[in-house]
Amino acid sequence: MSYDTLPDGLWTQPEIDLSAVPALDGIETIQRVRLPASISYDYIPGLAPTRFLRGLAEKKILGEKCPVSGDVYVPPRGVSPVAGLPTTEQVELPHTGSVASFCVVHIGFGTNAPPTPFCSALILLDGASVSVYGPIQEIEHDKVRIGMRVEPVWVDDADLSTSFESIKWWRPIDEPDVPAESLKGHM
Amino acid sequence: MAEFIRAARDVAIVSVAQSDHQRAVIDRNEVELIQPVIQQALEQVGVQKGEIDFTCSGSSDYLAGQAFSFVMTLDAVGAWPPIAESHVEMDGAWALYEAWVKIQSGHADTALVYSYGKSSPGDLPYVLSRQLDPYYYQPLWPDAIAIAGLQARAMLDAGRITQEQMATIAHNSREAARGNPHAQLQGSPSVEDLLREDFISDPLHRHDCAPISDGGVAVVLATGDWASRWSNRPAWIKGIDHRVDSHNLGARDLTVATSAKIAAEKAGVGNDKVDVAELHAPFTHQHQLLVEALGLGDDVSVNPSGGALAANPMMAAGLIRLGEVANRIMNGEIDRGVAHATSGHCLQQNLVAVLEGA
Repeated sequence: MSYDTLPDGLWTQPEIDLSAVPALDGIETIQRVRLPASISYDYIPGLAPTRFLRGLAEKKILGEKCPVSGDVYVPPRGVSPVAGLPTTEQVELPHTGSVASFCVVHIGFGTNAPPTPFCSALILLDGASVSVYGPIQEIEHDKVRIGMRVEPVWVDDADLSTSFESIKWWRPIDEPDVPAESLKGHM
Repeated sequence: MAEFIRAARDVAIVSVAQSDHQRAVIDRNEVELIQPVIQQALEQVGVQKGEIDFTCSGSSDYLAGQAFSFVMTLDAVGAWPPIAESHVEMDGAWALYEAWVKIQSGHADTALVYSYGKSSPGDLPYVLSRQLDPYYYQPLWPDAIAIAGLQARAMLDAGRITQEQMATIAHNSREAARGNPHAQLQGSPSVEDLLREDFISDPLHRHDCAPISDGGVAVVLATGDWASRWSNRPAWIKGIDHRVDSHNLGARDLTVATSAKIAAEKAGVGNDKVDVAELHAPFTHQHQLLVEALGLGDDVSVNPSGGALAANPMMAAGLIRLGEVANRIMNGEIDRGVAHATSGHCLQQNLVAVLEGA
């Protein structure tokens, strides 16, 4: 097992001093046992996430509206966290949004991480009350800024599926930035 | 040893709601499953937003296989702006206990307690094996029914129960559940027919095991003026206690439920007549163990709801027992009842509560 991607020492175990335990004098300590375990599950997305995932396969971004506050949640989970009530009204959101925050990633984790460095961002779609996560490409990282206008880049139509991976990444569009104040509460 | 200690504040269950339990809820996710239940528990006594001081839930991410799935279900209580909230990786009866303590401490007058379990996404008997000791039990993957079978075999061998008595408990529980609209299994073949069935894990037949269920429950707790405002006849929690037996199955006498017995004594079960007892026994032989541990006589109506043998949503079936007793008090049917909840293998952890109408 290698921890090469992490700084030295962060994940290493300290030496164990057994000198005060005479019964274990001279016995090599067991520091690790390997006990692999895995369990398989079916993923049951639920009503609202199913509607959202089905929409992605048709190149649609479907949010759902809180019946009390009118806030639009995307991806929807089925219940408004403000009202505690089901979101029953679907709202098709436009394919435009603004960067609410971003981060330039130099050390990538996970098997699906893009080659580093890459820019990940929170994007507030126009008309949405919460932002979605996604990478930003087709722009140099030091040019990315909060308030920048972006659009999704979809996979080829033949590859569209009921997955958020139907959006490959987000890219800038030729529109003036929105003021950061307009993103307040969504950053 | 100290006798039962009277609580500083009287706390009551004033509202109960539960789902119609099913083998597999395949359309809704967890928050979509529990939200209508919570809404019903609040609305049926007219709780307004902001009137709940403390919210506590019980669930296990291992069931759905989703990390922090319990955080997602907080959407169902309108948790934004942030509320005072806590969670236990235990049956909801322990969430109720935490809320009860919170109210005793004076930090809350009202509480919402809910719990739920969707076991259908995974293979429950194997998922439950993950509760065991990680070094000497878990790597061998003993399933939960096989573990319960060890306990049943020990009881049979000790002459503490017979296969016929076990089948009778199964039959009676599911026949009683005919009157429970939330039950998953209603009605049962005859004891003779049950005993002709094949074993799942000898000595356990299918009828000895609780069904695998998806479902949830929500309860509103209140003290003082809040209780009388929300209910004409609150179900007062007169005693509540929980105890734990050893995690090491090999270090226990599986034919007794010592922690349940002590919890029952501390909760004051024997201090007065018991009208109804709701026992959380996922296996027939555990029903018998609990009747003995709690010292319940023949005059006590045990599991008129059908108990966990009729519907066993993990993490909720214990809190449902409290809810079933509370409902019978609130509707005037009984004056005093006992509710029991369990978690872990072979009745390892046990909670006992005494509820009274006045």
